[in-house]
Amino acid sequence: MTTLSSLPSARQLDRPPDLQVNGMTKQFGRLMALDNLSMHLKSGSFHALLGENGAGKSTLVKCIMGFYQPTAGELLLDGNPVQIGNPRDAHRYGIGMVYQHFTSVPAMTVAENLVLSRFGGAGIINWKAEIEALRAFMSTSPFQVPLETPIAQLAAGQKQKLEILKQIYLHSRILILDEPTSVLTPAEADEVLGLLRQQVSAGELSILMISHKFREVMAFADEITVLRKGKFAGSGAVSELTVADMAEMMMGEQKVPTPVQKTSLPNATPVLEARQLGANKDNGIAAFSGIDLTVHSGEIVGIAGISGNGQRELVEVLAGQREAAAGEVWVNGERYTATRAEMYRHQVCALPEEPLRNACVAHMSVAENMALRTFDRPPQAKGILLLLQAIRQMAVGLIGQFSVKTPSPETPVQNLSGGNVQRAVLARELSTEQIKLLIAANPCFGLDFAAVDFIHTQIINARNRGVAVLLVSEDLDELLKLSDRLIVISDGQFTYQSQTTTAEYAAIGHAMAGH
Amino acid sequence: MAEGLGWWGVPLAIVAGTMRGGTPFLFVSLGECLTEKSGKINLGLEGTLLTGAMTAYGVSYLTGSPWLGILAAGLAGLVLGSIHGWLSQQFRVNDVAVGIAMIIFGSGIAFFFGKPFIQPSAPQLPTLNLAGSNVSPAVEAALQISPLFLLGLAIAPLMKWFFQSTRWGLYVRAVGDSPDAARAMGVSIFKVRMLSIMAGSFLAGIGGASLSLYYPGVWTERISSGQGLMAVALVIFARWNPMICLWASLLFGGAQALGPSLQSVGIKQGYYLFNAAPYVLTLLIMIVTCSPKRTLAGVPGALGMDN
Ligand SMILES: Nc1ncnc2c1ncn2[C@@H]1O[C@H](COP(=O)(O)OP(=O)(O)OP(=O)(O)O)[C@@H](O)[C@H]1O
Ligand SMILES: [Mg+2]
Repeated sequence: MTTLSSLPSARQLDRPPDLQVNGMTKQFGRLMALDNLSMHLKSGSFHALLGENGAGKSTLVKCIMGFYQPTAGELLLDGNPVQIGNPRDAHRYGIGMVYQHFTSVPAMTVAENLVLSRFGGAGIINWKAEIEALRAFMSTSPFQVPLETPIAQLAAGQKQKLEILKQIYLHSRILILDEPTSVLTPAEADEVLGLLRQQVSAGELSILMISHKFREVMAFADEITVLRKGKFAGSGAVSELTVADMAEMMMGEQKVPTPVQKTSLPNATPVLEARQLGANKDNGIAAFSGIDLTVHSGEIVGIAGISGNGQRELVEVLAGQREAAAGEVWVNGERYTATRAEMYRHQVCALPEEPLRNACVAHMSVAENMALRTFDRPPQAKGILLLLQAIRQMAVGLIGQFSVKTPSPETPVQNLSGGNVQRAVLARELSTEQIKLLIAANPCFGLDFAAVDFIHTQIINARNRGVAVLLVSEDLDELLKLSDRLIVISDGQFTYQSQTTTAEYAAIGHAMAGH
Repeated sequence: MAEGLGWWGVPLAIVAGTMRGGTPFLFVSLGECLTEKSGKINLGLEGTLLTGAMTAYGVSYLTGSPWLGILAAGLAGLVLGSIHGWLSQQFRVNDVAVGIAMIIFGSGIAFFFGKPFIQPSAPQLPTLNLAGSNVSPAVEAALQISPLFLLGLAIAPLMKWFFQSTRWGLYVRAVGDSPDAARAMGVSIFKVRMLSIMAGSFLAGIGGASLSLYYPGVWTERISSGQGLMAVALVIFARWNPMICLWASLLFGGAQALGPSLQSVGIKQGYYLFNAAPYVLTLLIMIVTCSPKRTLAGVPGALGMDN
């Protein structure tokens, strides 16, 4: 076994090591998240890791990084077994990771985060020298991020670039990316992955990327490994596989996407009306203002825009999580202030983004979270008493119907994989039969293709039943596929409106960029 | 003391009171600031303050050295801090609840061991004379400065520098703002929080020493009168910035001196009202700084969360 001290530091590795995973197993309680999995990341290759939500992809890479201690299994670097106890060890072997959730410290500046990420080093930081070194580094790096800006003020795309920059700054030779493009626009994703691909082709870097996007895998990856329910389900060279092959490996069966079928509805009535609506960001600056918006029954209105242009605040106002600074909202012809009673009376459902933070109580169980909307009404309550049996039964039903992968209804929702949290919230919100208004923000963020298909079908079905749908998304393809009418928001203003059938791609792009 | 100066005595007494009364606030709030920057709240500093006061007084009395007393007070704080640091980081344990228990524990310890020290008088800390020799004795008495006050003055900018320009300072901020990020960087959250809480309690212990060995310079069971808890409000007011903690401590110290200094020039009405000034100030700060519409600038992201 190689010991750490005898190992060259990351800085001295001139070529990425060859990484082999043998029989990796990880158990959480009774759940086998990873079951005897083996894979091989060749030196200087771009390897994609595929699998459904909850397949164990994040668990596998966290075991490689030493973030989790595997129950069994070993790692070989260039053929030598190594023991990685924590991310710091991994770094010393030249392995770095960009996590599914951002790992920069929001209150610190870009420069502080970069310096902090460098393990060890002097106790006292000479900022003058550091800033100079960082400037020099930035000038040679593939992307630029302003050094003095606090992370909290960066847009999602910039944050993601910073996460990758951090690893380049640390001279990582094996870069693990956990759904790196879920927060990027397609153009940004291509830019970032393209630049990384160049480094891989030059033999300077190996990449292990988790992704749900076949398009990216086909365009950038050399090889794939597929996981299914924690087990190895297949691998191969991208050049010899089709998207259908990969999908089949993931699901264990062939699956064709459900075609979108919209029925046109007679006598559409306005359900949601916002008049001169405005709201402020957390720091008191206006997030959006003077917004007029109408959504009719049986209509999907899509709101496109780059993240951070006021969409989040708009959804929060409509979902009752933020106070409006100006204007008013009407639902079904009545004033609406998004109280719980009003949401129930008008049958308004909301799927906010980052559901674990915005729509769940993270440490409460899946069943309890699924009952948040209905626990105080029959049949789940009798007077002031909760009927736990009924709550559990409903949860079991929803877990089956929406195929939420959870060890049990009693598992804390925060232990579910990213995609399954989304499903649990969706199950809760779509469970009532007579919803009239659905407000969804990035509903397919981080979901596997089968789940995306499922959710798209649910949304279209709701629309065809006469539900008014407001769909806020950063994924333009999703909006073009689903919505009847498309609106672009930029800097808190609607800059473009059109029927989707007549929408122009170029004009949308311009409007998103704020011209 | 200000009688000879008439109305001029009021501002003078307030300045003097600011330095005296502000010293314990300064130490406790800096301690709390360090603790909260790491993401945990330590309400127990109220108890630490009392234990520190008692220990300092007792050790000073027994050994005859007030400096040893100060050291002992800091160490006593360190011990209480390590208990809080360990307990509050256990699974499903809430730091506020532990803090309240630690208030009771800390004061209990102080009262229990402090009984024999209520009567005797312990050697006090020497003070530095700020005024020249040719001023009236009243002014001279007012401008006696404790080395502890100067130490506090030095620690505030030092702590600011620590947070900005040392690796450990960055660790503390990272752990307090985003434990997940810190964990991803291989930083031990438990250790960083433990050490921050212990260091913070060390400072609070010294704050206690300044109560019993400087001003008011006696040991009684009511000596802290809630200053440890007010320091928590003060840290919020100071936006978790050590330099603002310094100014805020002086403000609180000044508010405390308002009642006695008005009394010294013969204003008797509303004496109790003026004495309540620090508490009123605390309430006002709480009301003014809380708003559902915006988040506080500077608040550590993970403050008081169970993780
Ligand atoms: N800390 C944990 N405690 C208990 N169970 C966990 C924990 N982390 C993950 N799991 C479980 O392990 C399984 C695999 O989760 P993992 O996060 O690896 O999935 P994933 O493939 O990354 O999915 P996604 O595409 O949704 O991100 C899931 O069923 C999840 O509920
Ligand atoms: Mg994952």
